[in-house]
Amino acid sequence: MIANLGFGTLILTFIVSIYGAVAAFLGARRNSPALVDSARNAMLLTFPLLTVTTLTLIYLLVGVHFQYQYVSEVISNSMPVSLRITALWGGQAGSLIFWSWLMSAFASAVALRKWDRDREFLPWVILVSLVTLAFFLMLSVFVENPFVSFWATPAGNLITSMFHPAGTTLYIPPDGNGMNPYLRHPGMIFHPPALYLGFVSFVIPYAFAMAALITGRTDDRWIHITRRWTLVAYIFLSIGLLLGARWAYDVLGWGGYWGWDSVEVSSLIPWLTGTAFLHSVMIQEKRGMLKHWNMLLIILTYDLVILGTFLTRSGLLSSVHAFAESAIGPLFFGFIGLTLIASLSLLSRRWNDLKSTAEMGSVFSREFLFLLNNLLFILLFIVCFLGVWFPVLTDAMGIVGQKVPFLSRIFTGQKVTVGPEWYKGITPFFFGGLLLLMAIAPLSAWKSSTYRTVARAIWKPFAVSLVVPVVLIIFGMQSWVAILAFWLCAFVVFVTLYDFWRAAWARHQSRQENLFLALWHLLGKNRRRYGGYIVHLGAVMMAIGIIGIEFFQTETQKTIPQGGEIGLGHYTIQFTSLSSFNTQDGRNVARAVVSVYKDGKFVSELYPRRDYYNESQQYVTIVGLRSTPQDDLYVILADWQSLSTTGATFKVYHNPLVWWLWRGMIVFVLGTLFAAWPTRESQRVLAKKAVPVTSKAFGS
Amino acid sequence: MRKSIFAFGFSIFFILVFAGIASAQQPQATPSDDQVNAIAKQLYCPVCENTPLDVCPTTACARWRDLIRQQLAAGKTEQEIKDFFVAQYGARVLGTPPPRGINLLVYLVPVVAVVAGAYILFRVYRSWKRPIPLPQSPPTDVAPPPAQAATEDEYIHRLEEEVRKG
Repeated sequence: MIANLGFGTLILTFIVSIYGAVAAFLGARRNSPALVDSARNAMLLTFPLLTVTTLTLIYLLVGVHFQYQYVSEVISNSMPVSLRITALWGGQAGSLIFWSWLMSAFASAVALRKWDRDREFLPWVILVSLVTLAFFLMLSVFVENPFVSFWATPAGNLITSMFHPAGTTLYIPPDGNGMNPYLRHPGMIFHPPALYLGFVSFVIPYAFAMAALITGRTDDRWIHITRRWTLVAYIFLSIGLLLGARWAYDVLGWGGYWGWDSVEVSSLIPWLTGTAFLHSVMIQEKRGMLKHWNMLLIILTYDLVILGTFLTRSGLLSSVHAFAESAIGPLFFGFIGLTLIASLSLLSRRWNDLKSTAEMGSVFSREFLFLLNNLLFILLFIVCFLGVWFPVLTDAMGIVGQKVPFLSRIFTGQKVTVGPEWYKGITPFFFGGLLLLMAIAPLSAWKSSTYRTVARAIWKPFAVSLVVPVVLIIFGMQSWVAILAFWLCAFVVFVTLYDFWRAAWARHQSRQENLFLALWHLLGKNRRRYGGYIVHLGAVMMAIGIIGIEFFQTETQKTIPQGGEIGLGHYTIQFTSLSSFNTQDGRNVARAVVSVYKDGKFVSELYPRRDYYNESQQYVTIVGLRSTPQDDLYVILADWQSLSTTGATFKVYHNPLVWWLWRGMIVFVLGTLFAAWPTRESQRVLAKKAVPVTSKAFGS
Repeated sequence: MRKSIFAFGFSIFFILVFAGIASAQQPQATPSDDQVNAIAKQLYCPVCENTPLDVCPTTACARWRDLIRQQLAAGKTEQEIKDFFVAQYGARVLGTPPPRGINLLVYLVPVVAVVAGAYILFRVYRSWKRPIPLPQSPPTDVAPPPAQAATEDEYIHRLEEEVRKG
């Protein structure tokens, strides 16, 4: 009966959000503060209501109530309580509830902010947030209800239904399917919530953008209000991608961090447009330019977020035919289409209000370099979007080809793979371009820069950076592409550090401050700028790791007897022993002990493992990893042959410099956090500028 | 360190190339796992979406790897083995779509996007060099930086300006 509580609050939240959206619309139209006030209360109510729904579902999962379809799909008896809780987002129905719950939390947080200066935005922000929420709730109520149970008909068939169908009896399966063992890694457990938090936070800037278009208050106010929301979205999306990459490295056992898998790429896509947006809003704030473009970017990001939420769970990418049978796909596409049309028509209505008056100086002005940055991010977006959708489209077009003989020669329906090779052939140019921009842009100025001023500012770090390729060539590196890539990294690092130093020096000179104190004050005064630079340094560290693994990874595989050795570069691994045992949670573990020698000297012992999950009859390889800033030695117990204590097959990867990738990701996230951190000064300014409350409806 | 890594990578490459040539010339009894992996790396089985064959843990993929090994042992070249899999299972076993027919789009679209992007950027730049006067709209809230000689002082001035704005 507890499920009825969950379903009841779910329906109630659905009704409340529709009420809130209608009330907000009418309140704005009729200029009725009371209605808008009521809409805001409705928005605040969604969070406690959905919290009840979510807790109910967690209760069912933790209590292993297998009569509920969702519970039996994602839980099994052997799963520990911690994993049962995280199974909330282990399947599609639960993920949708979780998404809605996060959305209601963010919507409530927005409702609670001070609205004094932005009264006219309030009803429209409520409308957009609640319509988005209502859409997801509708899916949960009508299509993917996590509270339906199994019922057995007298004929012995199983059906699922929310309520007791006449003549049936409740069916309780003895055990459930359990979570895919691949997903039981900490990285994968927290990867979906981080991504979802990022996705949900992007709804808020979109809601304000729409409010700005509807009210006609198309100045930079919406960007100022949502700057922090955007950065929060960015932090969570980045953390989500980071965890996903680490999971792939630890679990998938292919020695890599990013497989250009369609699902992976579809979570990267909103990050790409979001990064473009983060940069381009700065041009609008500083120079009043690109107002149309920023609107387009946030609309695009919002719809890509909705698409990403759908794609990661739908199975569309693996089978068009399975997708055609599900009801959820057309609803998603319908919603995305409608919001896109509505947003774009609003934008076209305000097109003339958004015209910019500013002029641009030269191709070396910071505005133009930011435009180039946007171009590169958009090109990356186009490539990724194409890579994800091309196989789906050719597959779908095959169905058209079958029906229309005339087109059958073009749309053969022959399935294709757009794999890592394709992405690796195209994207490095864009990533290289972004590195080059990171090196030049910090030293260019808004509007007034010319190539002379930029050259004057940049020649010192440029000259110093040339040391790196020279050293690499002396040490015998022969890949020109790798040398160029390392040089670009060095160039960015020297430019960024030089800029820190120059600014600190200037402050030290003008205010007679200690140099370190000057740097400290400088960082605190302009968090966004210097946070951005820290993010750039993080990106360079990541680039170093990526260059290391992409250009210099080596691998070998061999079957060796106990005491046998495999050599790879400077390393030798020796197979010491293998043991096999059962665990309490239903695994059979085969664990090898290998000794690692570097240049003949013992350095460590590794324990590559292969866990066999009895329940799902699936193998998971656990890597034996030795990680140092110089290189990673990555040993897997390859399952090419059946295991025996006399011999085993090992696959060994040598991944130079990949350590920097993970550290770079942490620096990247910390830099974003630094940029997003509220400053005392900005709060004081806000408080000073706040207008007294004039209407009860818009009170705090 | 990098030198040795590179030297090692290079030697592995040559070993593989020579091994490939050798295997093409004379049938080998048991090709090594590394030789099998070098080819398996480039193939994808239809069941395991986007998982390269050299690391895929399923039984079906293990059978494919055995097939590669048999073909290598029979003296087939890398290209012949790839062609065999394409003939058997279709173009999707390859990591990139074969550049024919509708698949050409996947190679042309990025190029067109780059050209179109560059053109749009050029147009935007031209139009911003000659701004359209809009008397009815309010002026931008950011004052243009004072025209100064482009010296270090200009930078310090800009910096202080930005520091003040916080």
